[in-house]
Order: sequence, then C-alpha cells, then structure tokens
Amino acid sequence: MASGSVDITYRGVFQKILAGNIVKTLVKASRHSGKIGGTISRYSDSPERNGIPAKQFAVIAESQDELHVEMAKYEPDNIRLIAALDDTLAKGHESWAWYGIRPIHLGLREGGALLVVSEHERAKLLEFIPRLPFEWRLAILPGEKSFSGLWVYHDDGTEFRVLGAIARLIPEVVGLEELEKEVGKGPKAEQHLDWLRQGYREVQVGTVPAGVGAPNTYEPVKLPEWTEMAEAIIVPAAPRGGRQEAFKKFTTRSERPVIDFDVCTQCKQCFVECPDSVFELTPEGYYNPEYEACCGCGICAEVCPVDDCIVMVDELAFADNRDLYEEWKADRAAYRQFFQGLLERERVTARSSRRKVSA
Amino acid sequence: MAMTEVSRRFAQHEELITGTEAVAQALRLADVDVMAGYPIRPYDSVMSSVAKMIANGQMDADFIVAESEHSQFEIVKHASATGARVFVGSSGVGWMYAMEAIVVTAALRLPVVALVGNRALDDPGAFGVEHNDALMVRDSGWLLYWVAEGQEALDATLLAYRVAEDARVSLPCALSMDGAFLTHSQHLVLVPEKDLVEAFLPPYDLKKRRFHPDNPISIAPQYNEDWVMETRKQSDAAMRRARGVIAEAYAELKRLTGRGDPDPFVETYRVEDADYVLIGMGTVAMPIKVAVDQLREEGKRVGFLRIKWFRPFPDEELRRLLHGRKGVGVVDRDYSYGSTRHGGAVYNEVRSALYDLEDRPPVIGFIAGLGGREVSVDDVFQIEAKLEQAAAGDLGAESAHWIGVRGPVE
Repeated sequence: MASGSVDITYRGVFQKILAGNIVKTLVKASRHSGKIGGTISRYSDSPERNGIPAKQFAVIAESQDELHVEMAKYEPDNIRLIAALDDTLAKGHESWAWYGIRPIHLGLREGGALLVVSEHERAKLLEFIPRLPFEWRLAILPGEKSFSGLWVYHDDGTEFRVLGAIARLIPEVVGLEELEKEVGKGPKAEQHLDWLRQGYREVQVGTVPAGVGAPNTYEPVKLPEWTEMAEAIIVPAAPRGGRQEAFKKFTTRSERPVIDFDVCTQCKQCFVECPDSVFELTPEGYYNPEYEACCGCGICAEVCPVDDCIVMVDELAFADNRDLYEEWKADRAAYRQFFQGLLERERVTARSSRRKVSA
Repeated sequence: MAMTEVSRRFAQHEELITGTEAVAQALRLADVDVMAGYPIRPYDSVMSSVAKMIANGQMDADFIVAESEHSQFEIVKHASATGARVFVGSSGVGWMYAMEAIVVTAALRLPVVALVGNRALDDPGAFGVEHNDALMVRDSGWLLYWVAEGQEALDATLLAYRVAEDARVSLPCALSMDGAFLTHSQHLVLVPEKDLVEAFLPPYDLKKRRFHPDNPISIAPQYNEDWVMETRKQSDAAMRRARGVIAEAYAELKRLTGRGDPDPFVETYRVEDADYVLIGMGTVAMPIKVAVDQLREEGKRVGFLRIKWFRPFPDEELRRLLHGRKGVGVVDRDYSYGSTRHGGAVYNEVRSALYDLEDRPPVIGFIAGLGGREVSVDDVFQIEAKLEQAAAGDLGAESAHWIGVRGPVE
C-alpha cells in the first residue's frame, strides 16, 4: 500500500465534470482501505475557458501529515499517475501565465504512469511526448476523447473506464476492489461496474525506457526577483501591428483549421469572426491563419460558407505550426494531395460531414 | 493685497481663503492637466474653486465631471497613466464608493493626488469630520497626509505632487482636511507665484511606464501567485523610500518659501521638556495648542505633537520624541470598534511604534470630536487630566476614553 497523487489533465470546461468525478471517486475509494485524501482543482485554471488545459488532482495519503503537506499546494507533488483525458494534450500544455509549454508528464516520478485516452498508437504519441532521463510507463486507454461535460454531463463510460485503468496502473494507491466498492454504491451500478472492469482490462501498458521519445526542449522558467521585474504591474504589450510574443495559447487546441485555398472565395468571414484575430491578409487576398495564435475554437470553420474549405483537423496530425498557405502557393498540386490525405486519413470535422449527419 | 518678500527670488501674496481654495491655488500653480470631480460635501468646494479659475482663464486643465465617485477615480487613474498630472478628491462614503479604483491606483503606482474632505461615514447621514474615511486606505500604498491649516493646505498640495511623482516613490497621495474647520473656514494664506512652483516641482515624467501607442505596454494584467508577492514588495520598497524623498522635498520647499516645521513628518509644540504629550491629526491642533499654553501657565509641562504624515508613519520621530515621557495621550477623531483597548487607529499605531522603547511611556487613547463635534479647550483639559491619572495608574482599565459624549463613557 502506498500514498500518492493522481493528476488528471483535461480540456477546460468540456471535461471539468469528468475530471472532477474521477478525482472524487479515487479519494472516496481509497477510504475503503483506510486511507485519507482530498482533491485539488488547480486554482489558476478557474474560471475555465473552452479547451484550455486544466488540472485536477486526487491526493491519497496514509497520514494527516502526508495529506496536509500536499493540500497546501496548487499542484501536489508525489505524482504517481497522470491521466490525459484528451490525447492532443500529449503535445504539452501552457498554464495560464508565462511559463512556456510544459510537457504532459511534467512532475511524473520514476516508474510513474502516463495514461492517455486515445485512438492512436503508442508510437504516434511518442512522436510528441518528450523523453525522460528515467524509465516510465505509457498506458493507452483506447477511446475517443469525451467532451461530455459542457452543458449537461453525458455519462458515456469514460469516467469509469479511466478509473479502471488507474486501478490497473497504481493498485498500490487505489485498487480495483476499493473502486468496485465505491462505484457499486452509486446509481446505475451494474453499468458503471462493467465500464470500470472494461477499463481495467483494456488499458494497454508498456514501459518507456530512459531517453525514448521526442526531444525534450522544456526548460523551467526562472522567475525574476522583485528588483528585476518591471515596476508598477506593467508587462510588454503586443507591438502595433504585431502579436503578443510572451503568451501563445495554441495548446488550447485539440483541432486546427486547415484551409483548401483552391476553393476559398476570399469572402472574409473567417477573418471577421475569428475572436483571436488569427488571420493575416496575404498579398493575394487570402486569409492565412497564424497557428501560434489560434486556440482551435472552430468558429472560422462554422462561418465558412464553402463546403470543405475550412476543415478542423485532429491536432496530432501536425508536428508544428508551419505556414500552410506558403506550401499551397509553392506547389498547389502537392497541397491538393496533402489536403485530400487529411480528409481521408485524419479525424476531421467539416461542413460537408456535418451536412451528411443532419440530412 | 500685501506683497511679502520671503526669499530673495520669490514673491508671495497674502489671501484670505478656505482650505479647499488654498488647494485649488496649488493646483493652478502646479499646472494640473486633468481633474475629475463628483460633488460631495465637504471636499466639493475645491471643484467650484477650480472650475472658476478655468472659466476665468487663470488655469488650463481638463475638468471632467464624472457620473459617480468610482468613475471619477478611474478617470484620473487612466489619465495619470498617460502622463497627465491629475487631481481628484471625495469625502466620506463617496471615497468609499470609489474604493476599488482607489486601491488599484496605489497598486499601479500612479501618482494621483487626492483631497479627502474628511467626513463621517454614513449612517447616519452626517457631514461632520471623522478620519475613518481616509484611514480606510491606510494599508493600500497611498501616502497619507493630514493638514491642519490653510497655509499648510497649499504647501502640502505642492509637496504631495513632488513626492508622489518622484520616480523613487511613484505612489498616490491623499491629503486629508477636516470637514468644516478647514474646508469651509477662511485662513490667511501666502500664495506664491508660479516661478517658485516651477523651481520646486519638476515636470511629471513616467518615462517607460507611459501608456502610449508608441510605447506598447499592458498595465494591470491578471497574474498569479508566482508574481503578486514581488509586486507587493516593490510597493513596500517604494513606501520605504518615500521617507527620504519627503525629507528632501520638504527641505527644498522650506528653503523656497521660507516657512515650515523643523521636522517634515510631525509638528511639535512645546514638546521638548514636556512630561505629558498629546497627539492628534488635523484641526484638533488648534484647541490642543491653546490648552497647552494655558496648562503651561499653570506650571504643567505639557506638549503637543501633530502627526502630519500618517503614511509613511513617523515611528522614528515618535520614538525619538516620546521616550521617557510620563504619559502620551492620543486623540483620535476616528473609531476602530473592537480594536486593542477599544482605541482609535492612531492610538494603536502610536502605541505599537513605542513598544520597542525600553523607557516607553504609558499611552492612553482618547476618542473625541466624532461626527464633527467640536473639540473645545475644556475638552483638552479633561483629556490632559485623565492622561495624568491614567499614566499614574489611577484609572483602572486602560480602555480608550470617550471625550464629549453624552452619558456613561465606558
């Protein structure tokens, strides 16, 4: 038996209730083996904005002292497991202040587990997850990300499947038996227990040796002393005609807009409606998104009047924020192939597909 | 109008004006750029004084009448960030209503100068003086000054701009003036010419902090626990530096005008050999000084110390001037219900400042003059008598004494 913290990293608002239910059930389940605990909702994430990376934690302890040392923190230490409820978070996430992009497994201890809800393979995820200097475990719970919690919580099984996977990964902190006792008390117990056991069975676990994964470019931010900071609560602003360099929020994105410039009519709707002024006017009269500024809200794709012109594509289809307009200009035939490839192979939300559904 | 040569270079002329008119004269001389107003007694007489000078062509400033005190303070805060020298003010619950704008002005280190015409907080609806309104910001980073007479109103306003705008300080400054006794009474005041003020007060220059399209900065972003404490420390450092800047500016003002107290932070009256020292802020100085003179004639060694700067608090001066006395009596024109010994805000600050002294005197609290009730010379005799008794341990519990209230006082 052991104590430890579980970090649930999720997309703000969409998965807030999901994450909250998971951490709460973990702590209550641990009571069945006589442990104590509490949960922490990372304060700086509140109020949550659409899609913004956010965290909730379950702290499970064997003594009051162990619990108190973690509960006075914004993010507890002794992380045994990190669960990413949306696999695009594997690309890392910005917290709300100026800390740069943090790797998804920041804070994970040696031998700890990163659990990702994903339809992708391990190799695909490791293209994005940075290497660590020690061995750790990557676990994949097969499934689509659940964005069920925006208005009404939709009980689609993700909550219990994730709990089952956690029991499989860190049984010394909270085991399947305790979770069964806890979940079995609730309404729809039979269905929920099925899902719990399904998650326990289906999760795929493998170790990741030290040094395996994407290059690790993360450097902790050195916070300035008060004598080094600008006085009077002033920070540099976006220069006239420029963009704010200090804070980019593209890790908010689980999909990005990709434009078929061959069919674009230059109607300007995307430019007008974009809440983040992402689109730059090109000399040829097109509107080219600056991906570093785009949080993937999808409004441009919604307002675009042309079928399959602006489509929203799974963020894991891209390794970087490169300028696709320049690629289109350089070689239209190659771009056509690339765009068709996206439509065929990737998770895509497009106007044409929405029509098919509603028809 | 008599022309009085005070220094070789600078002429000053005498006028009979109210405390708020004296402030208005200082605003004209300081060439204030933006003033925001919203009427509330007693501060509001400065509004009409300034408006009249602008209408007469004696002063060139933007005078914005806001729709509430909150907007009024927001207007000057923003104007100050763009590099405008500003003036604002309020009284009582008007000052309270603007509180959100008032505290951020200090946090943003904007050198707004404000006049607080001290007035009792509602309820009941009353407009006599109490100091609780201005004291509400005592912990927020405002420089706080209590004025006692018309001449000082003019001089302290000039001093306020110089200290507040000094890059080493850059904090807002509130000048407190007792409603009625100073805001609505005319005093003989020497008004300098502009050349004196130009020699004293450098132009307001925010440099890299100026909010302007050519200098792209964001002021007051939201930030979290990793940054806030450092900004608080910066404000703390600025307030600590204010002491030196005040001393420097006060010495210069004295040199140019030929008047002023020996100490920049406190006024002392017959304190040197005093056994008992009374302390107060604002116009209560008048009856106390009279009483001190009369008690001296009876052979009692009594003195008076007036706190001018409440922030920064003159604890060094108090320790230096009060150690070894037989008793110190603090006359608070404010209340702090449920505080230590039920004393006022000034009492508790003074008592705390003296705690480190080995030969610390007994400090006795007096609550007087609330809601604008007159504090008479007889009241001061009563205060002095109780101070002697209390200092000798003859009064039992050392709870603050209410002076001039009808009915039982404990």
